[in-house]
Amino acid sequence: MNVLMQQSLHANQLIPTGGGDILSQIVSWAFYGIFIVFIFYGQRIQMYIMIREVENSLHKLKFIKDEGRKITIEAIKEIGKPTTDPSARVDRYLEYFTIGPQAMDPSGIVYKLDHILDVRDERLKDEVKLMAPTSDEVQVNNLENSLEAAMALNFIYKVVRHYYIQGKKTLSLYVIMQLQMILPMVMKEAEAYASALKAFAYGQPIGDGAGPLVAAKLMHGYEIRKLPKDCVMATVPIEGRTALVIKAEGPGGNVGKPGDAVEKVIEENEGKIATLIMIDAGLKLEGETVGEVAEGIGAAIGGPGVDQYKIEEKLTKYHIPNYAVIVKEDIGDAVSPLRKEINDSVDKVIERVKAVLLERTKEGDKVIIVGVGNSIGVGQ
Amino acid sequence: MMSLKTAAQNQTSPASQKISTYLTLIVLIVMALSIAALLLAANAYFMGDQLAAGVLAVIGLIAFTMSGFMLYQSRRQTVEMKIEMPKVMTTVECKKCGSKNIREFQRGDYVYKELDACQKCPDTKQMITAIYKEVKVKEKTYDV
Repeated sequence: MNVLMQQSLHANQLIPTGGGDILSQIVSWAFYGIFIVFIFYGQRIQMYIMIREVENSLHKLKFIKDEGRKITIEAIKEIGKPTTDPSARVDRYLEYFTIGPQAMDPSGIVYKLDHILDVRDERLKDEVKLMAPTSDEVQVNNLENSLEAAMALNFIYKVVRHYYIQGKKTLSLYVIMQLQMILPMVMKEAEAYASALKAFAYGQPIGDGAGPLVAAKLMHGYEIRKLPKDCVMATVPIEGRTALVIKAEGPGGNVGKPGDAVEKVIEENEGKIATLIMIDAGLKLEGETVGEVAEGIGAAIGGPGVDQYKIEEKLTKYHIPNYAVIVKEDIGDAVSPLRKEINDSVDKVIERVKAVLLERTKEGDKVIIVGVGNSIGVGQ
Repeated sequence: MMSLKTAAQNQTSPASQKISTYLTLIVLIVMALSIAALLLAANAYFMGDQLAAGVLAVIGLIAFTMSGFMLYQSRRQTVEMKIEMPKVMTTVECKKCGSKNIREFQRGDYVYKELDACQKCPDTKQMITAIYKEVKVKEKTYDV
């Protein structure tokens, strides 16, 4: 009983409503005040804290975007030796957009999208040639990739800024909260693009080049022939089978159009292909190791889906089985200079491809092996 | 382009400043109260009321640490930011004698590029067999 009385006495001393010295009273009332303020304005204060966090990230994004622009302009000046300052043209290009085809009647949409992407690619290449007149084909491809990375950074910054301003204008906790929740992933992607800028400008291989790297190792030393569009092929004997190895033409930054290349090769062989094996970089989940090799079924190819559609069409027409081998990496690794772990996984992928060939095909069969990805910094 | 940029910046800065001032004011008030709580804790301790001193000290320390952290966060400058460029290495090999040389990447290098003749075997050209970056920072692992 005495203890209880003592505790209640202490409690009265801690939260005095009167008595005690003046400082204690001020502190007590101030604490009450803060308590009440937090009851009514707690959410708003929380929102201001979130806005501050988003603001800091936005400053960082702006810095990265400006650096990206600077690096691209410097690379164009250094490589292309333009007679006039390319800054204005680069700025204009950073704002370029592509309008996708109308999807109300989806029939034939893939070929419409294909056409739009072709026009975009041609336009971008022509722009780069104008900006950097002394650059060769490889350098044009590399500069084009740099410009695309700068465009991606510009776009990320503008979208984040849009939601940030919208959140502040409407003072909506939920707009700001959504933005704050996805920001770590957005920042990771932006940082990856920032580190990709120099890799593209210098022509260094990137993580996405895992597929072409494997194909290059398989086809190196054999006769190479060109395929549409921007792809190359070599006929390579592997484990008693004839492998038609395809990759995007390197060493310039280029993903080619593997869909068109595979279509052509299948048609040339009248569909007599025992299997198609696609090798690509695949996004890893958190907890998985970079450079881990996994095997599956289906067309391992990213992008807008045009190439995947074309490949699947041909495979279905001729009933050709399709296997995929992927090298796991995250988005940051995919667009930044190639990591040693990914480089070391090339031999593991080749072993896996050979195992698939031995298990799923017979001696004398003709197979297609496609190394999907960006061939920047990878010859053949 | 510049005028557009300036317009966008003008659009964001006054509201941003208002929020910033409001938030800083709250943080400063909390900090002042935390200092007062610490003083009261010291006073209660010398008066012999150790329980009250302990409670006030804990409240004061927590409030002071949190407000200090908030202020530190808001004062962090973006000027310190920089884009780190990883060191990229090129492996040069001679297929005949197998000699391997790893050097820093030079512009124009690409995998399977033929270089000058090998010093040991003058009739064979050296070749770039790999270009990669080494990530020094060990990724945090989770035992799950």
